[in-house]
Amino acid sequence: MIVQVFRRELLLAWRRPGDTLLPLAFFVIVGSLFPLGVGAEPALLHAIGPGVVWIAAVLATLLGLPRLFAADQHSGALEQLLLSPTPLALLVGAKITAQWLTCGLPLALAAPVLALAFGLNFADLAVLLAGLLLGTPLLYLLGAISAALTLGLRGGGALLGLLVLPLYVPVLIFGAGAVQAAAQGFGAGANLSLLAAMLVLATVFAPWAAAAALRISLD
Amino acid sequence: MFGPTLDRYAAPKFFYPLAGRLVPWLGTLAAALLLLGATWGLVLAPADYQQGDSYRIIFIHVPAAWLSMLTYMVMAGGAFVFLVWRMKLADMLAKCCAPLGAAFTALTLVTGSLWGKPMWGTWWAWDARLTSELVLLFLYLGVIALRGAIEEPQRAGRATALLTLVGVVNIPIIHFSVDWWNTLHQPASLTRLDGPAIHPAMLTPLLLMIAGFTVYFVAVLLQRMRCEILERERDARWLVELDAP
Amino acid sequence: MTEFLAMGGYGAYVWPCYALAVLVLGLNAWLPWRRHRRLDRQRHTRPVE
Repeated sequence: MIVQVFRRELLLAWRRPGDTLLPLAFFVIVGSLFPLGVGAEPALLHAIGPGVVWIAAVLATLLGLPRLFAADQHSGALEQLLLSPTPLALLVGAKITAQWLTCGLPLALAAPVLALAFGLNFADLAVLLAGLLLGTPLLYLLGAISAALTLGLRGGGALLGLLVLPLYVPVLIFGAGAVQAAAQGFGAGANLSLLAAMLVLATVFAPWAAAAALRISLD
Repeated sequence: MFGPTLDRYAAPKFFYPLAGRLVPWLGTLAAALLLLGATWGLVLAPADYQQGDSYRIIFIHVPAAWLSMLTYMVMAGGAFVFLVWRMKLADMLAKCCAPLGAAFTALTLVTGSLWGKPMWGTWWAWDARLTSELVLLFLYLGVIALRGAIEEPQRAGRATALLTLVGVVNIPIIHFSVDWWNTLHQPASLTRLDGPAIHPAMLTPLLLMIAGFTVYFVAVLLQRMRCEILERERDARWLVELDAP
Repeated sequence: MTEFLAMGGYGAYVWPCYALAVLVLGLNAWLPWRRHRRLDRQRHTRPVE
């Protein structure tokens, strides 16, 4: 059943490339707004670069989160999942993984391209990429809880954002901090380890919390 | 389940009159403590040799910060009890805590800002404690917004309870990460917001104010819960019989 | 007295804090009290079914 859910998600995403491309485009646009807003002075951009890329990634992720459960709710597929004998947490985990693969991973891979525009060098880009590869699954895991809680509510996307952004604060701090630490010569190890630890914890607890939230929202 | 006595008072029917008897006493006690503490802090305590008289803001700022955290813990406790044991009163407790907690947090932030301005020259300083408080405010606003967005009371109670618990688990992580962030970016000249160790003459009024705020919190919380009970149980028989001759 | 109000030059920061505290604590105490009175009144004037 888990594999079925997983394959179905991938298939749906394949049929709708917009689901992947739209957040990507949003990511690049948002990132580009910063130089327009603060000026294009190279030293300034270099300093804010890691933070900007991470913030743009967070916002682009937020954009896609409602889609995690909404479509299935409309079609009634979500109720089916709740009735399935397979533990809901595992099914939710499959959905999150699939969405990360189709939206989060491309985002992480595209980030270095945007970061180049902020003057980051290749070593820093590698740290940025590593951080986002650890961070984007985290964003989806935490975001799934919020998406499940706000399922079908008016105010949807904004409410989802308000609920999940405080939880994203540590991810942002460690992710951007990793690049900044590397740039200053301190090494990104500590920051990246903390991200990895958070990812492990979230992998264990978030699907379970999101499943509980789904039951609350749909019962 | 917690024993017959607690079970008994956990029913709105018994909680309501009990709370009604407690509130006036607690309110008076709170007022006395706050008045005494504030007067002591403003008049009797000596001026700080570094910060002059501006430090007197701590008699508001620190109790408010303490209460902002305590309220969240109480709210989380209520959320947990409600999710696990489905005790209605626990949901009412949690619901009443949220706006109170947000108010304490906002008070902490504004007084922190007003304290920071003469010290650092800016209206807002991104120091670790204030930034953590800011995130705490967002957590409160999220809980309030979620409850407001859901119309069915059962779903609203359970959803906000889950959100509160997710928040309480994340608070230490957020606090740690903000501390981390702050030590990385802290400008060299920044001093800690609470300055050097507290002089004993300043400690007593501070403790009085913390006690006063805490008793106040309990009093107001009980009163809010009484209102909540009246609203939710308006068709209940015990309510009608409450003032039957 | 003016010395007390001046708070060593920091009066403009200290007094608004205390004033705000009074406002916040006062409102949070008064509003539930008022709401309770209103609910109590409603309860007693409702026709008993």
